[in-house]
Amino acid sequence: MTRGEPTLQAIDLTKRFPGVTALDSVSVDIYPGEVHALVGENGAGKSTLIKLINGVYGADEGELRLEGEPIAFSGPRQAWEAGISTTFQEINLEPFMTVAQNLLLGREPMRGFGLVDVKRMNADAARLLRRYGIAVDERRPLGSVGVAVQQMIAIVRAVSTDAKLVILDEPTSSLEPNEVEQLFRVIRILRDDGVALLYVSHDLDEIFELCDQVTVLRDGRRVHTGPVANITRLELVATMLGREVQDVRSSGKTAFDIEGRRIGAEPVLAASGLTRHRVLTDVSVDVRAGEVVGLAGLLGSGRSETVQGIFGLMRLDDGEVRVKESVLKQGSPAAAVSHGVGLLPEDRKADGIVPTMSVKDNITLAASRSVTRWGFVSSSKAEALVKKYIDRLQIKVADLDQGVDELSGGNQQKVLLARLLCNDPDVVLLDEPTRGIDVGAKAEIQSLIDELAKDGLAVILISSELEDVIEGSNRVFVLKEGVVVGELHGDMISEDTVMDLIAHAATDQSEGGQ
Amino acid sequence: MTALTSPVTSVGSERVWRFVRENGVYLALALVVVFNLIATPNFASLRNLQLQLVQVAPVVIVALGMALVIGTAGIDLSVGAVMALAAAMVAIFVNQSPWLAVGMALVAGVAAGLLNGSLVAFLGIQPIIATLGLFVAGRGIALAFTSGRLVEIFDPTLSALGQNRLWGIPVAALIAGALAVITALLVRRTQFGRNVVAIGGNARAALGAGLPVRRVLLIVYVICAVYAALAGTLVTARSAAADPSFVGLLIELSAITAVVVGGTPLSGGKVRVLGTVAGAILMQLVFSTLIRHDLSDSDARMVQAAIIIGAVYFQRDRSSK
Repeated sequence: MTRGEPTLQAIDLTKRFPGVTALDSVSVDIYPGEVHALVGENGAGKSTLIKLINGVYGADEGELRLEGEPIAFSGPRQAWEAGISTTFQEINLEPFMTVAQNLLLGREPMRGFGLVDVKRMNADAARLLRRYGIAVDERRPLGSVGVAVQQMIAIVRAVSTDAKLVILDEPTSSLEPNEVEQLFRVIRILRDDGVALLYVSHDLDEIFELCDQVTVLRDGRRVHTGPVANITRLELVATMLGREVQDVRSSGKTAFDIEGRRIGAEPVLAASGLTRHRVLTDVSVDVRAGEVVGLAGLLGSGRSETVQGIFGLMRLDDGEVRVKESVLKQGSPAAAVSHGVGLLPEDRKADGIVPTMSVKDNITLAASRSVTRWGFVSSSKAEALVKKYIDRLQIKVADLDQGVDELSGGNQQKVLLARLLCNDPDVVLLDEPTRGIDVGAKAEIQSLIDELAKDGLAVILISSELEDVIEGSNRVFVLKEGVVVGELHGDMISEDTVMDLIAHAATDQSEGGQ
Repeated sequence: MTALTSPVTSVGSERVWRFVRENGVYLALALVVVFNLIATPNFASLRNLQLQLVQVAPVVIVALGMALVIGTAGIDLSVGAVMALAAAMVAIFVNQSPWLAVGMALVAGVAAGLLNGSLVAFLGIQPIIATLGLFVAGRGIALAFTSGRLVEIFDPTLSALGQNRLWGIPVAALIAGALAVITALLVRRTQFGRNVVAIGGNARAALGAGLPVRRVLLIVYVICAVYAALAGTLVTARSAAADPSFVGLLIELSAITAVVVGGTPLSGGKVRVLGTVAGAILMQLVFSTLIRHDLSDSDARMVQAAIIIGAVYFQRDRSSK
């Protein structure tokens, strides 16, 4: 196979941060007309590599060449102008402008006197959208179209400004399956046009469906580059984890092991009749000591809202939450925490991490009971507590005072888990604990949940990955349109029964018309 | 990730730059002091130093409270008005007892803080709007209390508070120093201080971690207003007159400047107490230096403005990295 000259050559790139070598002499060639997957666990160096390529960082050693020419950018703007475009997870567009304005931002057709030729702009935009098969009215405000379309518009904007290399950093993390298909179609058109694409993803299905080449990073080093066709899934997972193939096969789909949990007789937490207009209708769930209760359902079924209602983050119109003997005060997370309930939020960045604080302060943030005396924080106690959890959860940090915003997603998630556990809770509500983190960290967190249940904690688990809920839970509540449509336990818990309930159970809402 | 490797030389210059940026206020202060030692006659005289300290003390006190408020990603525009309220209280009650007067001034501060804090914490009103109310009304109320006049105050205890020195240091400066130490301890060593920083850094996370967000916000605004009331009392004591029209006029701007120049970002999530003190002293020294070297008052203000913009620019750079 002749592939011509690589669009981008990274040669022996090295980047060091205080205390850690993030990238160690990594070389990658990305060819035109190919989708090149970049995979690795959290902290493997993916983000660092991307930031070197798109000019956010400068390399300590090594060289970058774009179409054979050595390049050194002083910032992302320069990289963009040279033809390297990066679509981040959080997309940078103007939600109040129209689709057309966003597509042609900065190069609108003009009519003189500094006036934009709106008609031609809309026509140009419509032509671009047609070419990539994106069905959307170009005159609509961008904020009113779905996330998937916004993302595709970001990509189309990039390539219509002659991007030679498009970097896609987990573009599907917030998309529905049909939207993913649409995005893949756009990516394939770009590939056929001869654009080089670097595709970062955690999702093996996507890599095998879409990508031509795959590069695996581990601990800042490149451990594999080759055609996707020449590697099996198991081999790829094994390469990412640095394990032997048979280890992975023997461990099954998840790391859960529900044997050996000793489940209490009485519920530790019982929520009854949780109701909020248009969100939840008479939802009742309960969980006992040593038990993992899964909440299953599609996005928008009321899973997250149920735990937010329990925890007091979302106001309820009606309903009651009992923890052991006492009724929780409505709308007060502080009351929930003081009764031994903890929530791991779905959105780590927005609801969990305090980016201006250190790892240590983030972990001990809520642990005032165990690290303070008369309101004063004992730094030796805090440090001991933090060290304990860094060891237990294997959090990778350079030092305890490192800024938490420097950590990878999986490690930030572990910091938040440590924060929960510091408080010695009786009940933990885990909303998507394994989302957006790599395979290795996922397995670690699954094992940790097991451990917590074995230690007698009551766990409510939400995951959009069905196998987490199926394999990890002792009981499963299935939600649909804000209503509990089924409670499963024991052998009844399977993908089939859950999906059957989601697909076929009737809710009062659906009978009422909408 | 186990052992810490020694810093690599290529990041050395980055580190120097970072050090300069994070400690810019101290370096600038040192520069101004050195310049004055060389170029300003009598700068190092005891009299001049005492004068500078007396002048800067109220700004330091107000700025300390402001730093806490800004740490929560808030702002308090009403501090000057609260100083005026405190001055009015002193004028009303000083004839009964100087200590009652001071006490009532502080009570006025607590009341003002509870009002501001309740609007922010319980009604969820944006701090700039919530404190704008008292900013506008506070001075009016103070003037109403004193019938719109300057009230002269002849009280030996109060004037001692305003004008006496202990070990050669003005009492007002000692009070400001003590408050700086207390505030620094509060921020660095207590759960309350961490709550303040957490609320400013990510309020939703603070709520989700079970922190008493509303109570902390309320207390922060009360502290800020009580500090302002104390500053108003000290200014009144020093000038032996309660002048609600002018006491603390525009001090909110000086305080915000001191906080920002001292390295606390306006976006919250960080509080630098000693930086705030240094920021207040720096602005005071810059201003007096320029006046001493025959710049007009208006020119001196422009230089101050340039410093503020420069400081904010540095911060922007820091946060967008």
